[in-house]
Amino acid sequence: MTEAATPTTNAPATAAPLRCWSCGGPVASGAVFCATCRAVQPPGDADHFARLGLPRAFALDAAELDRRYFAAQRQLHPDRFATRSPRERAISQSQAVSLNDAYETLKAPLARACYLLKLEGVARTPDQDHTIDDPALLMDQMERREALGEAADGAAVQRIVAAADADARDALAAIARAFARDDLAAAARETTRLRYLEKLIEDARLARARVAPRQAAG
Amino acid sequence: MAQLLQIHEPGETPLPHEGDRGAAIGIDLGTTNSLAALSLDQKPEALRDVHGRALVPSVVAYSPDGPVVGADARRMLLDQPELVVSSVKRLMGRGAADIKALAGALPYEVAPSADGGMVRIRVGGRVLSPVEISADILRAVRARAEDALGQSVDRAVITVPAYFDDAARTATRDAARLAGLEVLRLVNEPTAAALAYGLDKHSEGLYAIYDLGGGTFDFSLLRLEKGVFQVLATGGDAALGGDDFDHAVAARLLAERAAQIAGATVDTSRVKLALATARLAKECLSSQDEWIGMLDLDDRPSRHHLARAEVETMIAPLVARTIEICRQVLEDAAVAPQDVQGVVLVGGSTRVPLVRRQVAAFFGREPLSDIDPDEVVALGAALQAEALTRGSDTLLLDVTPLSLGIETMGGLVEKLIDRNTPIPVAKAQEFTTYQDGQTAMLIHVVQGEREMVDQCRSLGRFELHGIPPMVAGAARIRVSFAVDADGLLTVSAAEKTTGTAARVEIRPSYGLSEDEMATMLADSIANAKADMERRLLVEARVEATRTAKAVQAALAADGELLDAAERAGLERAIAAVEQAAAGGDRAAIVAAAEALELESKPFAERRMDRGIRTALAGKRVDAVLPTGE
Ligand SMILES: [Zn+2]
Repeated sequence: MTEAATPTTNAPATAAPLRCWSCGGPVASGAVFCATCRAVQPPGDADHFARLGLPRAFALDAAELDRRYFAAQRQLHPDRFATRSPRERAISQSQAVSLNDAYETLKAPLARACYLLKLEGVARTPDQDHTIDDPALLMDQMERREALGEAADGAAVQRIVAAADADARDALAAIARAFARDDLAAAARETTRLRYLEKLIEDARLARARVAPRQAAG
Repeated sequence: MAQLLQIHEPGETPLPHEGDRGAAIGIDLGTTNSLAALSLDQKPEALRDVHGRALVPSVVAYSPDGPVVGADARRMLLDQPELVVSSVKRLMGRGAADIKALAGALPYEVAPSADGGMVRIRVGGRVLSPVEISADILRAVRARAEDALGQSVDRAVITVPAYFDDAARTATRDAARLAGLEVLRLVNEPTAAALAYGLDKHSEGLYAIYDLGGGTFDFSLLRLEKGVFQVLATGGDAALGGDDFDHAVAARLLAERAAQIAGATVDTSRVKLALATARLAKECLSSQDEWIGMLDLDDRPSRHHLARAEVETMIAPLVARTIEICRQVLEDAAVAPQDVQGVVLVGGSTRVPLVRRQVAAFFGREPLSDIDPDEVVALGAALQAEALTRGSDTLLLDVTPLSLGIETMGGLVEKLIDRNTPIPVAKAQEFTTYQDGQTAMLIHVVQGEREMVDQCRSLGRFELHGIPPMVAGAARIRVSFAVDADGLLTVSAAEKTTGTAARVEIRPSYGLSEDEMATMLADSIANAKADMERRLLVEARVEATRTAKAVQAALAADGELLDAAERAGLERAIAAVEQAAAGGDRAAIVAAAEALELESKPFAERRMDRGIRTALAGKRVDAVLPTGE
């Protein structure tokens, strides 16, 4: 038999009650340890908010996210299982992978907005759809790109970055307001705008390195 | 059972026998020096030889009698440079093209390799991979640790530069395997330093680690909070270190020499000597304002004079590059220099005054170096080894230093995992075929930040076979990347529409194949036998000395139980043990210890009787009977 590549996502949830892989005892949905034998359990398919015990909402307390992520990693990180069986080590690694995925997604507002849109059933989320069908946004981006291409020095690039930063903050506030009133169309539109602004800021950083390759050592 | 008698003398602790396992240590496998440390109860200590030296110079001489490692090998550099290899860490997972020439000559004699993979070095009549040479360094470090502990060592946390790519990490792991060490974890050097530093100083907040070693530069930004060490961002240059300072100085020395001596020639051995001289000059100039010396080659010495200011001018561009990396990493993490609460200096090259001044200027604060910058990484590794084997309240959360992706059409890179992503991490993406009936796909895995494949580092090529013939674009090939807590990458691929099991072939660009590893492991069996014999000797010595000390202590406490002849007999047996233990004959040590045990048996029985009588005196019967619990 040829070994198949291991998929990174779990099979869809089934209605059957979960059994502990180690002792066969019942395991509550979402539990990370077996109540009977204490063996670590596979991560399952909980969404990122549920995995970290946070409400499914765009508004997020960053300190609370850190607190919950650290507490979960303290229990599940592979370093806690270094002397355990290969099976337990592998399960702890997949748990830690799921925690990191959840943390990274929820921490960054853009990723969080895209993920929330996906959870809410929006078909074309801004992280998958690479086309702009908003003419105003398209025009705006083309103008900024052109300005960046023509920027001759660090100060010019910095002005473009500062303007994009301010607009990104504005988009973020608009996303928060849209999610708060359950206006998914507006949330998706503003998320697309944020995505293009963040990409521009990143490219501007590279451009700044190009126009000012090395700062003289002080 | 209630315990009636304490068998060991007060103050004498039995050897720690944690099951059958040897000690788990931390090892800093450095470009210039390597060392080991052990942590007990979160108190790490460097392991030293009888002279108090912890650092083992990462220099190996391949003499006809076998490899010589450390200070002795470094001394051989002066008269037999052709036998000596140093700075081999720079070649881990690297190809021949990565080696920097000096005055037209390479500091290594490179053996041609058939496949263009990891470079092979010709030294002392042998052709060796950097992995084998590193394994010899690790064996020497392990031997020093075992001598210091009087106990075998078979597990270790080994540190690597945060900016090491996958090939270099794999090579380090392979080297440990060859040296007979089980790698508990590869830990990034700046993260290890942060662990040692944070636990020692109970620091909280944002800390930056500036780690300039012999061959690599790493800069990491961490958040320390209630025992969690969270790496926020990391950056560096795997080919920038104190060696480059030496290169700059050596280039100047060789140029001056060429001007002074007509027909002066340069080859690999002479470059090695010039580099050694340059290193001495650099070290001298860290504390003094000028250096006067000579380059004594071919009995035609050339004289040289260097002022500190001149060397600073030479190395200023290199230091500026490190500061630029610091700036980029802070920018990645959206942190301003003034938000950093402390900057920790790690690595011997941070002793260079210009480095300290530039770091202080960039961060607007004096950097911290109160833990020895040469030892702090090993101390952190030892803490992590203890945490992994005995448990701990601290937790290291590290990140990938470089983005990982695969080649797509037109030589572009599609990134699957971005740099500074917390590890372990797994990501998958779907790709498709571009030709009708295509049944195989080449998956080229690369690491780096650039958008074009040829500007990134090639990690390996994976061929996916058995794709059922379909029209172009119909196949759904899911490529999965997984990076474990060691930072090591595993790639797998499968065709999803048909569920056909697909085969993945791995051809690492700069690694060793399983066949090569098998050959090297076989070669190392001879070494393993010598290692085992040496370890048994160390253990016999420790055991015999312990017995002698115990009998001495008993003589001091209860000597009056013996008559003069018995006492003299015991003292002779103790002296015999001490004499044997000073020698290298394991059988003689074991025999002397057994003789002492036999000789002291009546004495031990008499002490036992007296002990019971003393323990029972004045006690009620129910207080000394077993309680059945
Ligand atoms: Zn169970």
